Amino acid sequence: MLAYTVRRLLQFIPTIIGISLIMFCLLNVLPGNAALMAGGKRELSPELIEKMKKDWGLDKPLYVRYLIYMKDLAHGDLGQSFLRQEKVNDLLASRIWPTLRLAVSAMVIALTIGIPLGFFSALRQGTWGDSASMIVAVSGVAMPQFWLGLLLMLLFSAKMNWFPTSGYGDGDFIHLVLPAITLGLGSMALLARTTRAAVLEVLEEDFIRTARSKGLSRFLINRRHVFQNTLVLILTTAGLQFGSLIGQTVIVEKLFSWPGLGSLLVDSIFLRDIPVVQGGILMIILAFLIVNLVVDLLYCVIDPRIKYQ
Amino acid sequence: MKKFCMYLLTAILMTGLMSSDVFAANSGGTFKFCLPYGGQVFGLDPHKSTRTQDNIVELNIFRSLYQWDATTNKPVLALADKVVISGEDKVYTYSIKQNVKFHNGRNLTVDDIIWSYERIMSKELASPAAVDIRIIKGAKELEQGKVKTISGLKKIDAYTLEITLSNPVDPSYNLYKVSTAILPKEEVEKKGAAFTTNPVGCGPFMFEKWVKGSEVTLKKFPDYYEKGLPYLDKVVFKIMGEGAARDIAFKAKELDATIVGANQYLPYKKDPKISKNMIEVAEMYTRLMVFNLDDKNFADKRVRQAINYAINSKLIIEKYLKGKAFPTVSFLPTTSPAFDSTQKGYEYNLEKAKALMKEAGYEDGFSFEVLCTTSKSYGVGVIEAVIPFLKKINIEIKPQLVEGAVLAERARSGDFQALTWSLDSGPDPLDALSRFHMDNPRTSRNYPGYKNAEFSGLIDKAAKERDYAAKIELLKKADAMLKEDAPLWFFNYNKAIIAYHPWVHGIQSVAPEMMYQDLSKIWVDAK
Repeated sequence: MLAYTVRRLLQFIPTIIGISLIMFCLLNVLPGNAALMAGGKRELSPELIEKMKKDWGLDKPLYVRYLIYMKDLAHGDLGQSFLRQEKVNDLLASRIWPTLRLAVSAMVIALTIGIPLGFFSALRQGTWGDSASMIVAVSGVAMPQFWLGLLLMLLFSAKMNWFPTSGYGDGDFIHLVLPAITLGLGSMALLARTTRAAVLEVLEEDFIRTARSKGLSRFLINRRHVFQNTLVLILTTAGLQFGSLIGQTVIVEKLFSWPGLGSLLVDSIFLRDIPVVQGGILMIILAFLIVNLVVDLLYCVIDPRIKYQ
Repeated sequence: MKKFCMYLLTAILMTGLMSSDVFAANSGGTFKFCLPYGGQVFGLDPHKSTRTQDNIVELNIFRSLYQWDATTNKPVLALADKVVISGEDKVYTYSIKQNVKFHNGRNLTVDDIIWSYERIMSKELASPAAVDIRIIKGAKELEQGKVKTISGLKKIDAYTLEITLSNPVDPSYNLYKVSTAILPKEEVEKKGAAFTTNPVGCGPFMFEKWVKGSEVTLKKFPDYYEKGLPYLDKVVFKIMGEGAARDIAFKAKELDATIVGANQYLPYKKDPKISKNMIEVAEMYTRLMVFNLDDKNFADKRVRQAINYAINSKLIIEKYLKGKAFPTVSFLPTTSPAFDSTQKGYEYNLEKAKALMKEAGYEDGFSFEVLCTTSKSYGVGVIEAVIPFLKKINIEIKPQLVEGAVLAERARSGDFQALTWSLDSGPDPLDALSRFHMDNPRTSRNYPGYKNAEFSGLIDKAAKERDYAAKIELLKKADAMLKEDAPLWFFNYNKAIIAYHPWVHGIQSVAPEMMYQDLSKIWVDAK
């Protein structure tokens, strides 16, 4: 297992190099540049625009810029933000924690509600309970996050005054609640549907029939046989969901003024702050790769039949 | 009778006191304001900042030699008590206030002003404010690295500064900007790059906290040089780029005041409570369609005029923008000192438009492509509203939606037929109109590629004119000429609106940018 883990970690290197090359080329051939966007609503003088472009190395050939970027990357230096007067490493370091907090909280909501809801629904297939929980699940998947967030704000902030409408506060829990629910509801719905489908499939298996014929209690069957056998699929879905949640935080972060990676990335794309975009995307890819590796390793723990060499 | 006189006297006294600011204004409290332009504050070193969002915060931490006065709608002295102009209007001698302190407790002197201006001009910094300091004699030489100091800055004594300009221009429009703020040398040098995240100024509020991407908090500077100011104990700027989220936060009373977006304008105006506390101004941004004059279709002035006559701009403003804009007269907005109130804009006159098209030999019309963004006020929606109007004079327009960065690049390279945009049209009318000078290429903001020797002559003359009233007259003429030549479709002046709660007092109409509120004079009722 250790050898497998090391091998997988080494595979990260060509993946990251490949992605960085594609990303660098795509971002640098986009029309427009950061110097043109630096003034925001104001227009800057042409001399300043030219100076900025020169200072940022935008006058150099693309391959030279890529070589410089890769050299810096090898030293763990993601460069300097064009517009923010800060190192990209520092910027990302300050933004990754709020994003992780948000994504983990959303995932906790998704797991703690989604899995029991899926089980409940599958075990009561065809009843009104099943229909009701699936309506909730479908609605959760279908509802746009932006709209859901606004509804939650309107109800719980403007009307009931329970939570603040937006912001990060001092990192306190109360600011986290609405963004986490908004982000987590979609994943919760997806997990509920996946769990329901997986449970229904397992319930049809021979070993469940055998267990029933042996006279095992329903609780014991569900806990020992059904749950354990659906866990691989649930874990795969949850892992993939967590990876994409980090990318999905964009809308929620923008809406709730949450100081995370997603909002930083989107703003930087529109402003052509290429070093920040490159660094942010690399960070998200790295998080995705790590989560997938962890999920793969967890398979061995859940299912003893799975072994990595 | 005696009793009556006593009552009368008391009433007069009370009325007098009530109307005075000393009695009315309430000290203390926290003011929660929004930062609506995107999801970030980039940095708080005013010499490095380029963005409006950063400037909104900075102008409450820092002070420049001049500051914008919303009441008179022009820059006024801030750090100096008086200025004496001499040397053929090129030498300005300032008596600097002696009670100005930085937030670290040190007194501001002439040395700080000289150091700040030289920092701005230093080659290494590449400050966006360099363009403003360049008016001082010898500033360009420092920028080029030829000298080490600006020859036009002379310290007479610790509180008397003599500035010699290269040309006789009014420096107030350059030196009022927060990007030319006076900074304490020792703090900048001590903090280095960290100054941008932990700034020290001499403004009414001190920096307290910045939660990146979320909010910036400032606290009252008790030693601020204007007696009794600021009223507020604390200011919290909440970064809120989304209009819908701002709307909810304002209604939930989490914001004391907010900028009103296009989607909120009508509901707010209809709301009997909110509508009472809204303040609006014609901001110095003109929304327009730029015609590429190198395109043969736009070479004839009559075609451009026909387009202006054919579009019912007022109807589009009323129906599509729901009244959240002011119709244009020409390029300069109604708040500009050179706005000519006797002038009239292009009225909707289809017959005249058709006749002009016929005269120009374009009776059968033509088609062209318009670059635009998603902006509600001048973006793709506006173009869609224009399409049926131009169809009536046989012109077909095709909107091409692009990002702001792409639009900016193509405008500068001339790679467009027409584009819609919002251009700076103030506060200095000379600077605003100079962009259309024939010597300026597109990279210098003359996007239509407008070349009119007569217009440029007026601009040159205005630049040299030392009599203010005569200068304004020349600029009025230039603006009228620009309207007549119509290198643009003049659409609207931005109607910027701030809505505030009844407990907030002192919000002002700031024409250069409504969000540039001087919070030192704002106060809130005790809760």
